[in-house]
Amino acid sequence: MMQMPQPDASVLAHRDAIVARLRDALPDAVIDDPAETRAYECDALSAYRCTPLAVVLPQTTRQVSRLLALCHDMQVPVVPRGAGTSLAGGSMPTADSVVIGLSRMTQVLEVSPQDRLIRVQAGRTNLSVSTAVEGLGFFYAPDPSSQLACAIGGNIAMNSGGAHCLKYGVTTNNLLGVTMVLMDGSVVELGGPMGESGGLDLLGVICGSEGQMGIVTEATLRILPRPAGARPVLIGFDSSESAGACVAAIIRAGVIPVAIEFMDRPCIRATEEHAKAGYPDCEALLIVEVEGTAPEIDEQLSLIRDIAQGFDPVEFRESRSEDEARRIWLGRKSAFGAMGQLGDYICLDGTIPVTALPKVLAGIGDLSQQYGMTVANVFHAGDGNMHPLIIYDANTPGDLDKAEAIGADIMRLCVQVGGCLTGEHGVGIEKRDLMGVQFDPPDLEAQMRVKDAFDPHWLLNAAKVFPLGVSAPRRERRLNSKAPDAA
Amino acid sequence: MRPDTETQVAEAIRDATGPLSITGGGTRLWPDEGQGARLDMTGLSGITLYEPEALTLVVRAGTPLAEVNQTLAAEGQMLGFEPSALEGSTIGGVAAANASGPRRVLSGAARDALIGVRFVDGQGQVVRNGGRVMKNVTGYDLVKLMAGSRGTLGALTELSFRTTPLPQACTTLQLADLDPAMAVPALSEALGGPFDVSAAAWHPAHGTLIRLEGLAASVASRAAALSDRLGGFGTVTQMQGNPWPQLEPAAAGGDLWRIICRPSEAAALLSRLPVPLSLDWGGALIHVCLPQGSLPDLPRFSGHARRIRGDGPAILPAPHPVAARIERDLRARFDPRGIFQGTH
Ligand SMILES: Cc1cc2nc3c(=O)[nH]c(=O)nc-3n(C[C@H](O)[C@H](O)[C@H](O)COP(=O)(O)OP(=O)(O)OC[C@H]3O[C@@H](n4cnc5c(N)ncnc54)[C@H](O)[C@@H]3O)c2cc1C
Repeated sequence: MMQMPQPDASVLAHRDAIVARLRDALPDAVIDDPAETRAYECDALSAYRCTPLAVVLPQTTRQVSRLLALCHDMQVPVVPRGAGTSLAGGSMPTADSVVIGLSRMTQVLEVSPQDRLIRVQAGRTNLSVSTAVEGLGFFYAPDPSSQLACAIGGNIAMNSGGAHCLKYGVTTNNLLGVTMVLMDGSVVELGGPMGESGGLDLLGVICGSEGQMGIVTEATLRILPRPAGARPVLIGFDSSESAGACVAAIIRAGVIPVAIEFMDRPCIRATEEHAKAGYPDCEALLIVEVEGTAPEIDEQLSLIRDIAQGFDPVEFRESRSEDEARRIWLGRKSAFGAMGQLGDYICLDGTIPVTALPKVLAGIGDLSQQYGMTVANVFHAGDGNMHPLIIYDANTPGDLDKAEAIGADIMRLCVQVGGCLTGEHGVGIEKRDLMGVQFDPPDLEAQMRVKDAFDPHWLLNAAKVFPLGVSAPRRERRLNSKAPDAA
Repeated sequence: MRPDTETQVAEAIRDATGPLSITGGGTRLWPDEGQGARLDMTGLSGITLYEPEALTLVVRAGTPLAEVNQTLAAEGQMLGFEPSALEGSTIGGVAAANASGPRRVLSGAARDALIGVRFVDGQGQVVRNGGRVMKNVTGYDLVKLMAGSRGTLGALTELSFRTTPLPQACTTLQLADLDPAMAVPALSEALGGPFDVSAAAWHPAHGTLIRLEGLAASVASRAAALSDRLGGFGTVTQMQGNPWPQLEPAAAGGDLWRIICRPSEAAALLSRLPVPLSLDWGGALIHVCLPQGSLPDLPRFSGHARRIRGDGPAILPAPHPVAARIERDLRARFDPRGIFQGTH
């Protein structure tokens, strides 16, 4: 079980005064009725919950600046929140925190096709950014599966990826600038044309900082011309090793598809039961998608077909129509929902070198037997970003602990083969205490120094990312310096 | 000082009493950089790991860029961000300068291909960040912070890059007659369509240049479609030869300025400037030569202009005060003794 630090007693004691000052500043934006703040008690890592002290829903950068200045003045911790779809507990509140939610900040501020960019308020959902430029023939490339719900501010905080990032990169590769409010209320613009500011790449370092450096209120995003077309193929294999080797061979041949998705047998079976996409019942399958005009697509697919033949596929299914293409994607897109039917699940997302795929899949198989737990694999194979889903039963005492234990072992395995704990979901509270597996103390110290520069009092989302013991001296400095006042 | 190992780099930094200039090939220095005792990084040379099927290269910082390019080419790959091949340039210098060439419009900058670093900070402490996989959000992204930090935060000792397959075919379309201001709308038109343009520039000797790369049949079909699309801008021809290395501005009399702007702002800027040495990145990058010691008189725009060769450091407009405060703070935390030279 994940621990959270003791809430700041003096903040809890001054609850009413704090809420009154917030309400004074923004009368229509403050929620403090526990019946309503409960809606913010967790994110998509729903095993962990905590109701915040209050929730505020501002509408402008100026309002965010006023709120943060106030909280800074009162030394009240703040947890930024987008849509609350984090799988890592990134937006889970603490009892002594004010949640600042961006759900009312959804405007499009500017679209420039000539500069190939869009500027939006950071509460806008990922998908609606693409929708806003669709008519101009553009799209916003990073496409997390949660794109209908998740907000651009959350994407920036988590440096989120998507199915198409093998070709287009993740959030940080498509982010040109932000307006960000620091904890003391000061407003700063980071980035610039081409994402360059002329100084240090602060934009690059705030992207993926999990709401610990400031609140992003506006974002300038690169938009790309929509490709002429796209077409997937489905390739079935009788072993995971062959599927993994086929991925490496495709990349080695110099073809970079927009997506290479991988599903193993437990996942294929669950998905078939749920979505009936007509997938072959085999050990592993790949969905490979390429883009371009029809002749370009044919050229790439014929290369991929030739390569796949070398790995004795049990099936090579092409899509001749929109409907067939949709059916190929159907199972993959319903995979998470289908897993949900099997029970509660934890979704890991460690990344490994693609060359280590067979070894890691075998290792996960062994662990799954050892623990007696079902682990299904569905992931972005082209970039090695695994998504092992650990199925457990929240109502069986001890099952969550067991699921977390096998999860930790899988993450250790990812690091051991040269990979990392998390490829796109972030550390949050979920992987916080495993950071020592990947980093030595000086590595973490260097990262914490960066937070020191942005948020010297460690008021922003401070109980996340770093192991509690490692961040304690910094988090507690504030409490200690405040002690006489509280007494 | 010319250390051969990371440990020696750390010792050299710990023992330093005065300013240090961390130097690779010394080919990408800006005015006033390179002062202080030279910490020559070229002793840390060699490729640590190269897995073409994983698109991964791990390399010591002092390795010559030419050697990296050769090793990758032998396996049909390249650095997608196309750093200019300057004589003596090292891969560590490329990363520290975030040196990115014409293909940035398609493949991103050096900072986008850089996936892991090892460096020694101002106290002689070795720090690792990122790794060797291309998707990694474990902890803060100090890789981006180090890319382009020009030796002000630490001495890079080892770097991991994502590599890119070499394109099978390549062609450059040319519109010879457009002036630079008129070239930008043509470049925007090309970059705004589904053509996977891999470079979009203007050069005084060649005019407007647009590059397409990929599988042979695909390049041919995109070239035809794009030529059609650009018909309104003038005659489009397919160029013989490779003009792209010439985009790197050559030494000229006076000061060299590098201007980053939105393409839609380029025309207004160009109207206040002499004929540029080149436009790149669809008009977002302008290189121009100005009389020694002068400052350009530019209208308000969303980017910045920097003197990168000549009279002394200069940047316009002045950096945002809050950002400047954070940068100073970060430098003080990574280099508390203030021994790393830098012009920022
Ligand atoms: C079904 C499902 C599928 C998913 N698929 C993917 C996927 O394919 N790829 C992927 O990368 N992720 C995926 N995720 C994870 C999640 O959607 C992403 O992490 C997403 O970016 C979170 O956005 P959000 O708006 O919900 O952020 P929240 O959950 O609200 O917040 C996430 C973090 O960002 C911070 N934050 C939020 N807004 C701001 C802001 N404006 N300024 C500063 N900090 C802020 C929060 O404090 C928190 O630390 C998935 C989640 C679910 C539930």
